[in-house]
Formats: sequence, structure tokens, C-alpha cells
Amino acid sequence: MSAATGTAGAPSIDHKPGFDRDRLVGWIFGGFLAFSLVISFVVLGALLYDVFSKGIGELTWDFLTRPPSSLPERAGARPAILGTIYLMLLLIALTVPIGVGTAVYLEEYANRERWYNRWLEVNIQNLAGVPSIVYGILGLAFLVRGLNLGRVLLAGALILTLLVLPTVIVASREALRAVPDTIRQGAFALGATRWQVVSRQVLPAAIPGIATGSILALARAIGETAPLLLVGALAFISFNPTLLGDFTALPIQIFQWISKPQEEFRLKAAAAIIVLLALLLVLNGFAVWLRHRYQKRW
Amino acid sequence: MATPGIIHSGAPPQPRLQARSRRHSETVVKVVLLACAAISVVTTVGIVIALLLPAIEFFREINFIDFITGTRWAPLFTPSSFGVLPLVTGTLALTFWAALVFIPFGLGAAIFMSEYASPRVRGVLKPSLEVLAGIPTVVFGFFALVFFTPLLRDIGVGVEVFNVLSAGLIIGVMLIPTVASVSEDAMAAVPGDLRAGAYALGATRFKVSTRVVVPAAFSGIIASYILAISRAIGETVIALIAAGTLAQIVFDPTRQSETMAAFIAATGIGDVPTGSIEYKTIFAVGLTLFVFTLVMNILSIRLVRKYREVYE
Repeated sequence: MSAATGTAGAPSIDHKPGFDRDRLVGWIFGGFLAFSLVISFVVLGALLYDVFSKGIGELTWDFLTRPPSSLPERAGARPAILGTIYLMLLLIALTVPIGVGTAVYLEEYANRERWYNRWLEVNIQNLAGVPSIVYGILGLAFLVRGLNLGRVLLAGALILTLLVLPTVIVASREALRAVPDTIRQGAFALGATRWQVVSRQVLPAAIPGIATGSILALARAIGETAPLLLVGALAFISFNPTLLGDFTALPIQIFQWISKPQEEFRLKAAAAIIVLLALLLVLNGFAVWLRHRYQKRW
Repeated sequence: MATPGIIHSGAPPQPRLQARSRRHSETVVKVVLLACAAISVVTTVGIVIALLLPAIEFFREINFIDFITGTRWAPLFTPSSFGVLPLVTGTLALTFWAALVFIPFGLGAAIFMSEYASPRVRGVLKPSLEVLAGIPTVVFGFFALVFFTPLLRDIGVGVEVFNVLSAGLIIGVMLIPTVASVSEDAMAAVPGDLRAGAYALGATRFKVSTRVVVPAAFSGIIASYILAISRAIGETVIALIAAGTLAQIVFDPTRQSETMAAFIAATGIGDVPTGSIEYKTIFAVGLTLFVFTLVMNILSIRLVRKYREVYE
């Protein structure tokens, strides 16, 4: 009597055969998750297909080497391409020293107990969240109108520098933090000063990480349109850009062609988008290659 | 008999541990680095001044209450009217349609990568999503206007050439990687013990994801949403290209509506004379936009810090 109740009362570990609610819910949920990712890739695929099918026919040598024109069949993107390349060079020259300098200060010099150093970090975090159009307003108020520079290449480069500085700082700090403390302590023990430790041990070890982060930030900067609309938009730039002269860049040129009513200019916009995406692909590819080639595991 | 050579003087000589002279170059380096760091402070101060001073001048001419409660935005018309509400509702409408996309699908993508995908699949998915995140906004704007709006018309949604729906949905898709990446970081910070405990109790993967991981990473997920909302509010080029530049209060997403950021860009492109009331509207609207995003960012930074404190 008592033995029989023992087996009958034991809980069943196996699932009941037949309809299984848990499994069905699991499948539906899995389907939703997969769809969440698929939707991104479908849009990416459609976007690339649309741009390439419209723009590839326009992508000729003439397009790359001619200035813009009010006639769609004669319009080219040479000043825009040159403007973007000049912007890139100026951005590297400006963001890397300032960004790395700030990162070195915060990681290697700053005393985190001090209120102003903590405040500095919060400030950089907040700057990273300021919309890019607000940087455009900053440029318009101080550089274009305040200093009366006008809508020149240098003003555009300075504003994009401020815009991506937080990104470069965060990436450089991560690279510096990845260098193990034993290297610093070893150098200090041998009598090196703080700057000797930073400049001869820590920075060289962190260069791959800093370079990767800086290139990714650069890629973000040259695709930015909104701040340049306030600092550099001009309808026709048919000459090559100079440092203190009017300029255009690929995102602005694309925007202007999209804004035109004629269908032909949309095709030009698509062709310019291909050029911009190709440039971004090269930059990102270079960053990924750097990461794989020089990444150190400590 | 004392041993010669060993002289017992009072104390042994102390080795010098300090440098012989102060190294001034070290101080110079520190000052230079501090100057670099100061640039970001100067930027913040510059942004606040650039927005505030012209905005204060603007509010000398235009009543502040009329500005924030007025329902007609027509700075160029006579009689002109400076009620910012059409721009604010336009911005919020765009953000709403974007949120409808990135709230479910951003979280879904994060759960998939964190809880369902094998490390190998994850290693492919993450960089691929980063590609999407790296596409410039002007390209998304082109796509929304030239591809997505006509597509909506083809499937029977009667949208205007410029409309809130198309721009909003595309901004939403653009922000999926942002939400997914920040949410996934939060989920990765949930200790494996919690999952293992739930699995040991017989929970399915669905239940572990929805009842253990998501609640544990909740503040991080909310932070990712706030970050994305802040981006959507500040998004300029997609709104400008695909949602139009007609400031009006409409709740019908098939019609066009101007956002705050789009107004700033549209006005800033033209050569408005410095000091004119039209020029000052850029800064008044810019200040409004800045306050919106600043509140969002402070909330998001607080929340991210909170979930870090719990598990690290």
C-alpha cells in the first residue's frame, strides 16, 4: 500500500507528449528575434541595391573629375571629393593630438579623487550626446559669423574636430587602459619619469588601438552632413577647395543633388553616395586590418 | 684591538631617491595635456554661450510664453508667428515612429546576440550591424525619399512626397544597431550564475531571456532606448530630406512636418543676415533642442552607471 503511493506521487520529468506550449512560445520568440536582425539586413541590402542600381551608370571618369554644373549631364563631383579628402587630412592632424592628449591626461595623470577631473569626464560624456546640428550652430555663431571666417574649409574642419573629439578620446582611453600596469611599474622602478613611462612604454603599446579608434571616428566625421550645412553649404563650388576659401564636401554635394527636382540629379546623388561609401569602406577596412595585424594580447 | 678599515660612524649613508634637479619638462608636458583636456570644457562653454546669448536676445523680442505655447510657426510670414509647438510635435512624431521600430527590434537583436547566437555567429553579426551603423545619415535620407516613400505608395499607403512615416521608420531602422549594442552590453554584464540557476530549474531559453536576463539588464536597456530617442530627436538630415520643411501640427504620419533640427538646418543653409530675428530663431530653436537632448543624455548616463554598479 505504502510502496504504491511512492511511485505514483513522483513528479514526471519528461514533457507530456502532444501539444507543448513552451516549445511553441519558444519558436515564436525565436522567430521574432531572428526577424529583428533580418529587418536590419534587408534594409541594408535594399539600400545598397538601390544606390548601386541608380548610381553605377553615372560613375564615370568625367563624373569624378568634373566640377558641378546646373546641367545634370555635365555635373561632376571633383570639388566635393577633394573637399572631403582635405577635411580628412585636417581632421587627422587636429583630432589625434588633442584626443590622445586628453586621453593621456585622464588615464595617466589625472587624480580621480579631484572633483574637476570627474567633472571633465562627465562633460566629455555629455558632449558625445550633443546632436551634430548643435555643433553646426556653434560653428555658425563663432567661426562663420563671430570671427567672420566665412563658410570656409578650416571652419568645417574645426567643427568636425570638436564633434568627433569625444569618440577619439573614449577610444584612446580604452587603448591606454588595455596596457597592463606591470609595464608602467617596471619602467617607474627603473627610474623613468612619468612622461618617459608614457611616451616610451605606454603610448607605443597603445598605438594600434588608438589608430583603429581614430580611423573609425574619422569615418564617422566625413559622413556628417548636418554641421556642414550650417558651416559650409554653397550651391556651386566649381573650383578646387582651399583652406580659407569656400568649399563643398561629398555629403553636402549629395544633399544638394537630392534637393533638386530633376530626376537626373538623383542619379548623380546615387553616384556620389557610391564614392562616399567606397571611401568609408576603405577607412573601415583599414581599421579592421590594423586591429587584426597589431592587436596584442597581454 | 680595532680592525682597521671598518669605521663605525653614526648612521649609514642614505641613498638619494629624489631626482637631482626638478624636471621642468615634466611640468610642461602635464600643462600641455591639461590644455588638450580643457578644449572639451571650452567646447561645452562655447555651445552654451553660442545658444544662450542670441536666444536671450530673441526672447527680448518674442514673449517666452508665446514661444513655448504658440501653435503657429511662421517666422517669415507677415504677420509672423513664433510658436514652437509645431516643430516640437513634428520632432516627437518622427521620434514616435522611429521608437516603434527600434524599441522591439533593437531589443530583439540584442537578446538574439546575447542569449541565442553562438560565439561564432555573434562574431559575424556584431560587425555586420556596425556596418549599418556606419552608413551616413544623408544616405538614409536618400533611401527614405527615393526608395522607401515610393515603396509605401506601391503597397497602398497614401503618403505625401515628404512624410513623417517614411522618415520616422527609416530613422528607427538606423537606430537598431545603437539600441542592440548598448542593450547587449548590459545583458553581457548579467552574471552567468543567474542564467545557470534558471536553466537548472528547468526554464526554457525564452524564459531565461525574458524573466531573468531582461529584468536584470533593465536599466541598461532603458538607457539604450533613451540614447536612441535622443539621437532621433537630434536627427537632422533624414528629417530634412524625407519629412519636409512645412511646420504644422499634424498627427497623420502620411503628411509632412518639420522638426526642430530640420528647421535649424533649413534656415542655416540660407544666408540669413546676422542679427535679424530670423537668424535668432536658429538659436532659440537650437536651445530648445539642446535642452531636450541634454535631459535625455543625463538620464541615460545615470542609468548606465546604475547597472554597472550592480554587477561589477
